[in-house]
Amino acid sequence: MTIQVDLTPILPLTFLVVWACVLLLVDLFIPDDRKGITAALSALGLALTLGWTLTQIGREPLAAFNGMVVLDGFAVFVNALLLVSGLLGIALSFGYIKRMKIERGEYYTLMLFSIAGMMLMAQASDLIVVFLALELLSIPLYVLAAFDRPRTESEEAGLKYFLLGAFATGFVVYGTALVYGATGTTSLGAIVEFLGSNGNPSLLLTIGAALILVGLGFKIAAVPFHMWTPDVYQGAPTAVTAFMSSGAKIAGFAALLRVFATAFPSLAVDMTGVLWAISALTMILGNLVAISQSNIKRMLAYSSIAHAGYILMAFVPYGNPEVASVSVAAGLFYLVAYAITNFGTWGVVIALERAEGRGLEIRDYAGLGRKYPALAAAMTIFMLSLIGLPPTIGLVGKLYLFRAVIAGGFTGLAIIGVLTSLISAYYYLRVVVTMYMQEGDPQRSRESFLDLTTAFTAVVTVLVSIVPQYLFAWASSAVLRLF
Amino acid sequence: MNFFLQPLTLLTFFPLLGVLVLLFIPSDNKNALRWVTLITTLVTFGLSLWVLGMFDASNPDLQQVAQYDWIQVAGWNIQYYLGVDGLSILLILLTAFLTPISILSTWTSIEERVKDFMIFFLLLEVGMTGVFLAQDLFLFYIFWEFTLVPMYFLIGIWGGPRRVYAAIKFFLYTMAGSILMLLAILWLGIYGGTFSVPDLIAQGNIPAGVQTWLFLAFTAAFAIKVPMWPLHSWLPDAHVEAPTAGSVILAGVLLKMGTYGFLRFNIPLFPQAALQAAPWIALFATIGIIYGAAVSYAQGDVKKLVAYSSVSHLGFVMLGMFALNSQGVAGAILQMVNHGLSTGALFLLVGMIYEQTHTREIKVYGGLWKITPVFGAIFLIVSLSSMGLPGLNGFVGEFTILLGAFGSQAIGNAWYAAISALGVIMAAVYILYMFQKMFLGPQGEIVDEVKTHGHGIRDLNWREIATVAPLLLFIFWIGLYPRPFFALMAPSVDKLVAALQTAALAMP
Repeated sequence: MTIQVDLTPILPLTFLVVWACVLLLVDLFIPDDRKGITAALSALGLALTLGWTLTQIGREPLAAFNGMVVLDGFAVFVNALLLVSGLLGIALSFGYIKRMKIERGEYYTLMLFSIAGMMLMAQASDLIVVFLALELLSIPLYVLAAFDRPRTESEEAGLKYFLLGAFATGFVVYGTALVYGATGTTSLGAIVEFLGSNGNPSLLLTIGAALILVGLGFKIAAVPFHMWTPDVYQGAPTAVTAFMSSGAKIAGFAALLRVFATAFPSLAVDMTGVLWAISALTMILGNLVAISQSNIKRMLAYSSIAHAGYILMAFVPYGNPEVASVSVAAGLFYLVAYAITNFGTWGVVIALERAEGRGLEIRDYAGLGRKYPALAAAMTIFMLSLIGLPPTIGLVGKLYLFRAVIAGGFTGLAIIGVLTSLISAYYYLRVVVTMYMQEGDPQRSRESFLDLTTAFTAVVTVLVSIVPQYLFAWASSAVLRLF
Repeated sequence: MNFFLQPLTLLTFFPLLGVLVLLFIPSDNKNALRWVTLITTLVTFGLSLWVLGMFDASNPDLQQVAQYDWIQVAGWNIQYYLGVDGLSILLILLTAFLTPISILSTWTSIEERVKDFMIFFLLLEVGMTGVFLAQDLFLFYIFWEFTLVPMYFLIGIWGGPRRVYAAIKFFLYTMAGSILMLLAILWLGIYGGTFSVPDLIAQGNIPAGVQTWLFLAFTAAFAIKVPMWPLHSWLPDAHVEAPTAGSVILAGVLLKMGTYGFLRFNIPLFPQAALQAAPWIALFATIGIIYGAAVSYAQGDVKKLVAYSSVSHLGFVMLGMFALNSQGVAGAILQMVNHGLSTGALFLLVGMIYEQTHTREIKVYGGLWKITPVFGAIFLIVSLSSMGLPGLNGFVGEFTILLGAFGSQAIGNAWYAAISALGVIMAAVYILYMFQKMFLGPQGEIVDEVKTHGHGIRDLNWREIATVAPLLLFIFWIGLYPRPFFALMAPSVDKLVAALQTAALAMP
């Protein structure tokens, strides 16, 4: 009985890590021209973990290691999303790294390790585990960002990401230390208990929580901790960028949601204003700066910053128990919407990227509508989804978020949200204008997994907007067990 | 399966079937693409007549309702809810009527990327029909925003030289208004616990202070779409750059989505705010009438002239609607239809001549009537209808509106109506000026210029006559015998006005 309770929550993680370790060895025996086998085995590992995770929907929450790791509805939801992201990431990478001549077996194992870290992040209910997970997810990503060595941009991306990432992790550790100083514990549950019995939170605790927010804010690329994003997204191999921009963001938000909603609701008085400002700034700056970008990767980097701002809106009413569960569900749903759309968009970018970074300017997309109508139609759907227009999942996600924010009484933030969406329409539409209304002769690569991913994400983007109720229901039930 | 056999559902989504067929036709088989689209839109028109046949004009409430739960989880209460009543039946017919006419007008003028064009056009029809039928705010918003996308492509791909600028301007202007409406919709959904418009109206307990804000948010969306002065500046660009069929639909139907929005949402949902806002709306409408007419006169480009005349004509619609009495509202609805017919026909005719001469400069034309008598005669009738000559449709609408506005308690000042009446005279000035310059007097330089390229300007052919003839039929019908049209809407209009009177009594 006790053994079972202790190990079930970390079973998927353990499985994935062991699978990755074994794969590292197996990869040595796979010849260089058949690295597809490694990709297939990695995907199999993810798929098996995903299958197991899906069987956990609706189960009672489990805790292990004295409550340091939990597996509740929230974690199951996020883990499933992370594993799907991993599968999509592998599908996007498979042809790409071969074409860019950076195909090495470690690529896939690094992805597996990173996903394991992300999953641990979603399950962490102790600040020490948050830190551990943060490192486990980040270090493989640093390596992946620099995977295209000796191309200087890629090396620069890796180094920049590593230095700033390490700095940000330092904030999380220091914040954790301060929280420990204030409450005598790092366990989220114990923090809640301490605050319940000791009344008003101390200044030390507030500063600690703020530092954790800074560290995780870096991971999700929230303003003003976003400086690294454009360079890293542009320099890293595009398939890595696709994976990083979804996966790392999901994990960062998962940790933020859990830490703040479980442990720090009593800090809401101080934190709501800060979160409000960060969210507003992130939406405004991300969208404004994206306008002036001519490189699609940089534009999408700023777009990714802007979307972090939208998701952060879900945090603002977190201290209000009546809407907290709605807003967390809205945040989760938006993460799905963003991840799906994001992978699709990067899929199109990857299809059009050619050697030595050519094909990455927005003007290179001219004529796409005429030459490759299906690809252009998919890109149009993704752009509409990022703007938040029907019939796409992006619209539904935004509506859910805005509703939560309005219900929480933050209409001003919602107004900023819609106005920045309007700004974003300008630069997303520019891509559509270029594809359909300018003449050009773009070149694309045809890779079956890539095409499949793009088609799949495009269909899901539209389909979920028509029948969103199932995902709504899952997201809102996933949240209830958080508290 | 029952779901798709509902008349209104079928009417809304039938064009999608055409899209599906189009996808399987090779893009170089242009005639097949055109025929499939035309037949699809004709069948859709047939479906709208079927809906009309089942429509009970004596019933003021929603009819032929299709109502299903759509999203009923996580605190959302969203329904798939379509219905038609006297306020929308004419607009439904107008939409289904103008679409095949527009398709017919593209027969020779759209040669590039025909397949894409037809697909976007059919998608646009789905969106427009949905806007007029949706009775759930959420569903309405989705249709409303959806119309933006195909229209954006129609202008941006097949438009004139500044098409990209015009398309983006159109898109951003419209979206700017509608996102504010979105917030108001979400607020209403949270407050009322439902997005269903009839339910929200029945609850009717929105505090007066909040009503004003919500009214303004909805107004932002609709006033831009109408467009009301001073938010009209996207309209001339969009109209001038859009291909002919796009202009017809833009003027004929898309602008009506704005006026219809006021009628369906602003007035019944926020009656007290509407009563308070009436004098202001009347002021802006009057300015729009005079301004639009004055600016029309100054235009050298005939399409721009017609575009600005729309600003003026829709000013009348707004004036009549916010008279908030039966006459004003009924006149406004009829004038929406009239404007769709007259301005739609004007854009068609301008497109027909443009196809031959490739210029819209008024000053290069002249003496066209001698060369093209049929075209000249039709153009004259449509022009007279647009300026409101008695016996033609425009007169009936404008006269009813002015009657309503003169006697309106909500506006409370007969001066608005008096000044607006000047707009009718000004319309005669700019329209007759245009007609005289283009069709009378000495032969314009363009006539010879076209001759140097071949056989000179020809008169309308049978296809072109067939395109405008149905419009002429209704121009005369409404002008001479408008009673059946008023009869269709009267009970719903009376119900709306009665609800307003109740609200007025409840006001402090």
